[in-house]
Amino acid sequence: MATLRTLITADPIDTAGEIAAIQAGRSDIGAVVSFTGLCRDEDGRLDALELEHYPGMAEKEIGRIAAQAAERWEVGALTVIHRHGRIRPGETIVVVVAASVHRHAAFEAAEFVMDFLKTHAPFWKKEHARDGSPTGWVAAKASDDQARDRWGD
Amino acid sequence: MKLRYFAWVRERIGTAEETVEPPESVATVGDLLFWLQGRGETYAFALAEPDAIRVALDQDHAERDAPIAGVREVALFPPMTGG
Repeated sequence: MATLRTLITADPIDTAGEIAAIQAGRSDIGAVVSFTGLCRDEDGRLDALELEHYPGMAEKEIGRIAAQAAERWEVGALTVIHRHGRIRPGETIVVVVAASVHRHAAFEAAEFVMDFLKTHAPFWKKEHARDGSPTGWVAAKASDDQARDRWGD
Repeated sequence: MKLRYFAWVRERIGTAEETVEPPESVATVGDLLFWLQGRGETYAFALAEPDAIRVALDQDHAERDAPIAGVREVALFPPMTGG
């Protein structure tokens, strides 16, 4: 049984702490893969991203995606943490950490989680510009749908 | 049933949530979207491109042909952009 940790939070994410924690006290882990999604400044244009989410469903979806990944690959532990609220350039939006005996399971599980999270977890990004120009919702990308579809049903 | 709106769907409709009692003829998610479009200008604007609207029934993603009988909470939102 994989150890799953999923969290939706308004607080900053301690990526290094999550990577250290996933293997703490264990000697059965041979590989740890992490993905960190950061807020870009869009060439200096962006002041902040506002991450809106659907409380309740966001937790449920991320929990479901993590459980699916743990069912499909032999991961010993999987951590998925996503922030909401106002996020400044350079700050972390999402962290996925996968731990397994051999590397392939960890790499693939982390990628699967990100691809499904992008298209299934109820979060929406709104951009706030530095020059005060009107804010806009980020549009979904067709490439994200294609990335999800390559994993099949 | 309770309706919840997120992101630009919420902004265009002008409210985050409301309670509605659709007529019995409104049986599916697709029927509900069509019925909502007729509720006023803000709804027609928010739902003008039905393909851009995603729907969740009691916090689970649902397709257009899903029945809504017995559902307590319906959420309408744009394609998701987290991560």
